[in-house]
Amino acid sequence: MPKMNMLQAINDALDIAMADNEKVLCFGEDVGIFGGVFRATSNLQQKYGKSRCFNTPLVEQGIIGFANGLAAQGSVPVAEIQFADYIFPAFDQIVNESAKFRYRSGNLFNVGGLTIRAPYGGGIAGGLYHSQSPEAYFAHTPGLKVVVPRNPHQAKGLLLGAINDPNPTLFFEPKRLYRASVGEVPEGDYRLPLGEAEVTKEGKDITLLGWGAQMEVIGQAVEMAEKDGISCEVIDLRTILPWDVEKVAASVLKTGRLVVTHEAPLTGGFAGEIAATIQERCFLYLESPIARVTGLDTPFPLALEKEYLPDHLKVYEAIRTSVEF
Amino acid sequence: MAKTKTSDVVYSPRFTDGAEFKIPTFKLLKQDGTLYKGAKAPDLDRDKALRMYHSMVFTRVLDERMLAAQRQGRLSFYMQCTGEEAAVIGSTAALDDRDMIMAQYREQGALAYRGFTTDEFMNQLFGNEQDYGKGRQMPVHYGSAKLNYMTISSPLATQIPQATGYAYGQKLAGEGLCTITIFGEGAASEGDFHAALNMAAVHRVPVIFLCRNNGYAISTPSVEQFAADGVAPRAFGYKMDVIRVDGNDILAVYEATREARRMAVEDNRPVLIEAMTYRLAAHSSSDDPSGYRSKDEEQKWRDQDPLLRMRAWLEKAGWWNDDEEKQLQESLRKEVLATMKVAQKRPAPPLDSLVTDVYDQVPPALAKQLEAVKSHIRKYPDTYPNSAEQAKGGA
Ligand SMILES: Cc1ncc(C[n+]2csc(CCOP(=O)(O)OP(=O)(O)O)c2C)c(N)n1
Ligand SMILES: [Mg+2]
Repeated sequence: MPKMNMLQAINDALDIAMADNEKVLCFGEDVGIFGGVFRATSNLQQKYGKSRCFNTPLVEQGIIGFANGLAAQGSVPVAEIQFADYIFPAFDQIVNESAKFRYRSGNLFNVGGLTIRAPYGGGIAGGLYHSQSPEAYFAHTPGLKVVVPRNPHQAKGLLLGAINDPNPTLFFEPKRLYRASVGEVPEGDYRLPLGEAEVTKEGKDITLLGWGAQMEVIGQAVEMAEKDGISCEVIDLRTILPWDVEKVAASVLKTGRLVVTHEAPLTGGFAGEIAATIQERCFLYLESPIARVTGLDTPFPLALEKEYLPDHLKVYEAIRTSVEF
Repeated sequence: MAKTKTSDVVYSPRFTDGAEFKIPTFKLLKQDGTLYKGAKAPDLDRDKALRMYHSMVFTRVLDERMLAAQRQGRLSFYMQCTGEEAAVIGSTAALDDRDMIMAQYREQGALAYRGFTTDEFMNQLFGNEQDYGKGRQMPVHYGSAKLNYMTISSPLATQIPQATGYAYGQKLAGEGLCTITIFGEGAASEGDFHAALNMAAVHRVPVIFLCRNNGYAISTPSVEQFAADGVAPRAFGYKMDVIRVDGNDILAVYEATREARRMAVEDNRPVLIEAMTYRLAAHSSSDDPSGYRSKDEEQKWRDQDPLLRMRAWLEKAGWWNDDEEKQLQESLRKEVLATMKVAQKRPAPPLDSLVTDVYDQVPPALAKQLEAVKSHIRKYPDTYPNSAEQAKGGA
């Protein structure tokens, strides 16, 4: 299997999708000849022509409105928003339009072909407008799917899954890992299922749950905890909406403890939803309160990014506290 | 309702493409420092002209030095104003220093003209404890309340409708002040731009919209940004006055803005100015333009360098010479370097600034979150060396 970084894996997925189906289009700010500011769309214009891969004017609401229209017409748009922080001008098109197209028309029309890609997350000295994790805003919107990959293998398979899924899907890419995460990636087309979490490591004392770049952080924390003799089960949620309640509940029924972690602020973060659901499902089996290790209830900082981030030490401390409760 | 004039009605379909609205470019100064035939230099005295030129040279020196600092790893990120100094400084010089400026991010020349000190620039760039923005934003996101320069926000075009609102407030306050908002031709594609112009025209707001049309939005050339002849024709759709000006001609920019300000403040007429210029540098320190434009094209514009043009004019006026140029360059280089070294060593903003200014006061739950961070840092002081000392002595 070839080794790739996450950007190469994403580029590979887009290439395969465009080769496979001529209805697939890739567009957004700077995605044309330049291949996107992170180069995720490199060579696609050269290969598939300007009518299928192109720069748009600098207008996010336009990009997603245009993509909704294309999808309604039967095309398969893969729209890039340059940074997840800049998705908000398109909030109306996503939340009121993409998410409700099928429902409001009684399924006469739908925009199921739509995929929106956007780099998200911190750890790159990006400050408050190049670091946000906006998944929870969209998780509050029935009709959308929200997917976050953790490594190149997952990124390729989940992106192909998202492009081929008959529902509008937001695909948030952990930009901190774009080049940092390198791994083996199968050749050719393969699609990972949306809506399914993955147990990446089995254990019996405690369940660790996260998605995207936080999976790396969890990995480091788990390594420390296991040295202390704590057996950790690790789950990558992969799809935030709709999320895999069964797999998470089954794990917590077994371990009796749960730590959920994300970079976004605590209040209204998706960990809150998980905690509420899991305490309903597993109340009598819980050995300790469900812990959330998250960003603070502030905008994303710059100079104090290190202090803000839910790093491996904070996750490790949460594991210890949970086990010693 | 007004009666329909007969000429307002046609009995066969007649489309209008707007081709009759050709917008000329206003120019005064040639590259060799002489005026175009029939052109009249604005009424600028020596002191003011030199203040403008000094700001241009300072901006150029600052940009060169700080890009180099970024390359050396001293700075995480940088953006240059290079090539666009005349557009931002010429316009700022035509304003009252109390007028509000709401810019995009490439307008450090405007701030330099207003008197932002080298030290103030450096503190923001290094996000140290003396940065007014408390180290919360990436480099070049300056702001100054005392210089009436609104803090820069990365999300593009958001400041444009805000400028309309700010200026509406100024109109109500009746102090005879206005707001200028400066933005790129790429940002002008955002919905916020259109909302801002329409509201300004409807409510007759004293606001000047200055578009720096520098040919690119990162890699996207303006021909892929709009099919129209630039940004200027949009003004007609909103019934707004508009002027297109040679953005590398500081005299023309000054004169256009001076008149626009008069219209805004005296007649409550918002104005759109499109300054035709070129981003001589990369988009930012993260960008390499060789992937999307030619060296030849860059050279063509380098030959139109706005600094050289103004310098030639000053020399012809007898207000400037080679020795003074050399001296200014040298002293600015020294000052920038020395100030950088000091600012770079200043400590980071205090740990408590993690939670302040989210609201006017820190909510109790957030104060608890800070306490939790501190107690965590006390446990692992070596991992958070910048804050370990400050986390000491908590509960
Ligand atoms: C809403 C939003 N979308 C995208 C970006 C990313 N971005 C930053 S600068 C830029 C290009 C801006 O071009 P232009 O307005 O022409 O200004 P210039 O850089 O040429 O001065 C882009 C796309 C952003 N900052 N905000
Ligand atoms: Mg531009």
